[in-house]
Amino acid sequence: MNILKLTLCEAAEGLRKKAFSSVELTREVLDAIEKKDGELNAYLSVDAEGALRQAAAADAARQSGRDHALLGVPVGIKDLINVEGQPCTCASKILQGFTSTYDATVSARLREAGAVFAGRTNMDEFAMGSSTEGSAFKVTRNPHDLTRVPGGSSGGSAAAVAGGEAIAALGTDTGGSIRQPSAFCGCVGLKPSYGRVSRYGVTAYASSLDQVGPMTKTVEDAAVLLQALAGRDAHDGTTLDVPVPDYRAALRGGLKGLRIGLPKEYYVEGSDPEVMACVRKAVDACAAAGAEIVEVGLPHTEYAIAVYYIVATAEASANLARFDGVRYGHRTPRPDSVFDLYAKSRADGFGTEVKRRIILGTYVLSSGYYDAYYGRAQKVRTLIRQDFAEAFKQCDVMFTPVAPTPAYRIGEASNDPLKMYLGDIFTVPANLAGICGISVPCGKTAAGLPVGLQVLGPAFGECAILRAAYAYEQEVRA
Amino acid sequence: MSHTIDVAYVAGLARLALSADEKCTFQQQLETIVKYVEKIGELDLSGIEPTLHGQSLVNAFREDVVVPSMDRERFLANAPERNGFEFKLPKIVEDA
Repeated sequence: MNILKLTLCEAAEGLRKKAFSSVELTREVLDAIEKKDGELNAYLSVDAEGALRQAAAADAARQSGRDHALLGVPVGIKDLINVEGQPCTCASKILQGFTSTYDATVSARLREAGAVFAGRTNMDEFAMGSSTEGSAFKVTRNPHDLTRVPGGSSGGSAAAVAGGEAIAALGTDTGGSIRQPSAFCGCVGLKPSYGRVSRYGVTAYASSLDQVGPMTKTVEDAAVLLQALAGRDAHDGTTLDVPVPDYRAALRGGLKGLRIGLPKEYYVEGSDPEVMACVRKAVDACAAAGAEIVEVGLPHTEYAIAVYYIVATAEASANLARFDGVRYGHRTPRPDSVFDLYAKSRADGFGTEVKRRIILGTYVLSSGYYDAYYGRAQKVRTLIRQDFAEAFKQCDVMFTPVAPTPAYRIGEASNDPLKMYLGDIFTVPANLAGICGISVPCGKTAAGLPVGLQVLGPAFGECAILRAAYAYEQEVRA
Repeated sequence: MSHTIDVAYVAGLARLALSADEKCTFQQQLETIVKYVEKIGELDLSGIEPTLHGQSLVNAFREDVVVPSMDRERFLANAPERNGFEFKLPKIVEDA
């Protein structure tokens, strides 16, 4: 078994045909983590004992006739998703030592399907960052070049999948945190439409933007994993009661007749030329294979980063108010007063980027500034949504780069927050508009760094992006 | 719009104790960031409705039925300090 190459669908097939057991497969994954993670730092914690127990239970269930695409398959879970009995630190000192006492809905659904929870993947603290350098515990390295970042915030999940330490993993995406690390590490990452997947039990960063999604080796694997995650959840009132289609069946549509939109604002000067060349090549190849290419406009793109960093930080400042040293998490020793308890517990527990975003978010919501910042940003958000609604009248999906650059060097961007924020330009609009997107590898730079193609679809258009990404991956890229 | 941010005041609102160094660094960085985000001031937004959520959801109703809550012990399991079935806190009410 080669965990580096083994896809989720191949693992499922092997388990089904009894080529190997879940216990054997899980041991292989745990061994791979043991061998490689000293270098990659993809995991924050590994639950070998729990995983092997789940694997044995999955084998017993299969023996008694049960079957599911995820039965007995080990997965990595980003460290802000609660899994009962496992740590959930959000890569923050404030939650060091915290043990989840319940399953997030996505964890419960994977558990029900028989998946095995191998370990918890590293991330930027509270998902605030684009490089995973913001983790309070360790810096994850890019498997393609150990001197470079894996992207973020779901950088541990991306590095684990791309580096042969996981078959598949879960990430979360508030402004690109699934798609950008997938692009940087050369794996597939899907951000579902807002309302498609439950966030119950997932530590909230920006509640009007956050989504949980699959990070995998292939588009088909992403479809299989999304199938298990998607659907209405009574515990999350923002999930929509929209039927969940058969995502695997949707893969087979092909490129013929597919209208691919190219938003002209995403194809301007300023991006890395090698990245743009890879994306252009993918577009041309799809055109040659029968897709129709249409130029579209998203005229408010230039405001997306500004809107995002107002909306996301405002919501974060409210969401992170719960970390106050009272009910869980770090409590400062011997506080003088309740105010002191809050202020010092938070000061000790939060890292720099989290503090910066809490201050910015509190500022934009504060008396006298609310209308100028948050109020205006929500209106500009409407314009961004309208841009997409108009553009999707002319095309089925859009093809764009995921990020303006390939993976950068560790330390290169971490001292200039605004520079780091601007790197999110191609991913944040999808979150603001509530639409879905997938990152699929589309080549490498001369230095061997992976480049991602982003396929965007309308809200609840997961079938369309899976079809386009699968056709590109299977028919064109190979 | 003003570019001067009173970081100490905002940190108080956020219940966040900052060191002198942090205040100084954040002051400069936040003013740069705020200057950048003020770009949204260029647009004419009259008549535009705000987007409050990713989808146009109105209200999500459910049946008003009693279901069992999570066990109390689960809520208390991660408490920094507890006293039986209570979270323990420093004294809140000042002495008379």
